[in-house]
Amino acid sequence: MAEGTTELGIGALTKEKRRSFLADLFIRLVREKPLGTVGAVIVLLLLLAGIFANWLAPYGYNEVWVGPKLGPTTVHFWLGTDNLGRDQLSRVIYGARISMFVGLGVSAIGVILNAIIGLVSGFLGGATDLIIQRFVDAWMCFPGIFIILTVMAILGPGVPQMIIVLGVLYGITGSRTIRSAVIAVKENVYVEAAKAIGCPTWRILIRHLLPNIMAPLIIIFTVSIGGAILTESSVSFLGYGIPPPIPSWGGMLSQGRLDMFQAPWLAVWPGLALAIVVYGINMFGDALRDLLDPRLRGGLGRYSGRRLSKQLSRRKPVDK
Amino acid sequence: MRTYIIRRFLLIIPTLFLVTIIVFLSVRFVPGSLVELMVSDRYRESDVSREEMVAMVRQQLGLDVPLWKQYLRWLGIWPQKDGAFSGVFEGDLGKSLWSQRAIRDEIFKRIPISLELGIMAIITALLVAFPIGIYSAIRQDTIGDYGGRSFAILCIGVPSFWLATMIFVFPSKWFHWTPPVMYYPITQDLWANLKQFIIPGILMGMAMSGTTMRMTRTMMLEVLRQDYIRTAWSKGLRESVVVVRHALKNAMIPVITIIGLQLPILIGGSVIMEQIFVLPGMGRLMLDALSARDYPVVSGVNLVMGSAILVINLLVDLTYAWLDPRIRYR
Repeated sequence: MAEGTTELGIGALTKEKRRSFLADLFIRLVREKPLGTVGAVIVLLLLLAGIFANWLAPYGYNEVWVGPKLGPTTVHFWLGTDNLGRDQLSRVIYGARISMFVGLGVSAIGVILNAIIGLVSGFLGGATDLIIQRFVDAWMCFPGIFIILTVMAILGPGVPQMIIVLGVLYGITGSRTIRSAVIAVKENVYVEAAKAIGCPTWRILIRHLLPNIMAPLIIIFTVSIGGAILTESSVSFLGYGIPPPIPSWGGMLSQGRLDMFQAPWLAVWPGLALAIVVYGINMFGDALRDLLDPRLRGGLGRYSGRRLSKQLSRRKPVDK
Repeated sequence: MRTYIIRRFLLIIPTLFLVTIIVFLSVRFVPGSLVELMVSDRYRESDVSREEMVAMVRQQLGLDVPLWKQYLRWLGIWPQKDGAFSGVFEGDLGKSLWSQRAIRDEIFKRIPISLELGIMAIITALLVAFPIGIYSAIRQDTIGDYGGRSFAILCIGVPSFWLATMIFVFPSKWFHWTPPVMYYPITQDLWANLKQFIIPGILMGMAMSGTTMRMTRTMMLEVLRQDYIRTAWSKGLRESVVVVRHALKNAMIPVITIIGLQLPILIGGSVIMEQIFVLPGMGRLMLDALSARDYPVVSGVNLVMGSAILVINLLVDLTYAWLDPRIRYR
């Protein structure tokens, strides 16, 4: 009986202490990172707008002539109407869905590629690493947008192409960071132990290394969402990304630019939406990086300039 | 130092080789549509059959030989049809499919424009990034620091092509002023040229300054905690001397690398800026070539850009090693 209670007691204690990882992260985010919390709210709003676009938008994204041509803001059309009389607000809301797909899709493909390339290159090392890294070098010395434009011009505009092309681009670029994380982790004793008991390489990679590089992977995932959305809209702005009837913010801006003198609001709102979303994701990503991987923050403690040095110089010598 | 330089140069050779492969293959995957386009362009004015025309065009484009031979010919280490060696190695990037002008000349004409834009952007970025980054670091966790950091993230997040569009919209509405879009070469009219380049230059610089600012702050924070800074303080030096003479010098080294690494992004931004502000630079050349499906020009631009960035990054690495002896002996 007594034994039972102790066991229960310990169980309850550990249960209380070990809050789930996500809940803990969330609490720390709200407590320590006010700007990161704002970012998280913006990300959440983007996701909600993207998921529930059908219910939120008053009109369809390609419902033409629901309002006047290039109409200004009115009670019915909060953000005005475009050159085909489509409701701008509905298009901005559906644009959130496109951005969400692009952001999440690109980051997912990117992170998977990052993990594969980084794990193989970092763990195997030697000639494999040397060869893979020269490919990464060659790839990274192109301006991303030139590759994207070339490939998109060849494939033709469209959402799936855009996601795959950007995903591959981010997948190769980010693999550097993962590779260095793998190299740092693989020196640990548990990897050596796994090798000693005859674990096959794939098992070491997946069961022992992958869980330990999750922090950089999560950070890269978050940070690339913003970059991907921004790059997608630049490419769509230039006319090689997502084709017209689909409401990509970049594409809307590019159309809005043609009518900007008669209807400046057409160029204002999609860009503003884009800026806010990217700002939010970056803030959130930054906070997440600080919370997940304090080493990446750089430096220890804090610098308080003159005051600190004065305190230090006034301090009495300890040993004499 | 010499062995380091030699090692870096040897490493660049396979990379450059892979760059040429990527450039070559990226446009070679789809010549089908191009052949169709050229055939339908010329079909009407000739009396040969369609199949013959296709064969002729393929031969003219050099697509009638296997892929590896096309690649070697493009590189210039395999003789062309007339037996001459003319390719990348000889400095010949081929001719434009439509205008028949030499691609190399076309690119050389446009490099100064993109370069001017890039230099302006870098100057802007540094002028914005250094003061704010340093201030953020020496006054960590104050209002000023928060403001500076938010501004940095704002610079990264706000799409420069949107800002560029806004600069066309609102000043014209309020002040009846629009940015100049008529291109003047720098040799012809310096003032008009600068007036035209300054706005896109600043906008590109803003995008770049965000990352640089954050890097400057992080590095300053790291350096400010070193022992030699404490020594400088205890000698009774003024804060400006400690920060500028002792800390900044050492914090600058990684910042230089970050600036080098941002060049591809900078060049990417120039594509959009050249498009919006109607500047005939490399980015414009690329976009025009893409919309005309002029693939040899696309390859040429990609190759020049890729190798330029490779060389600049090499120079950045060498500077880094020269400034920080620890790198050389790794």
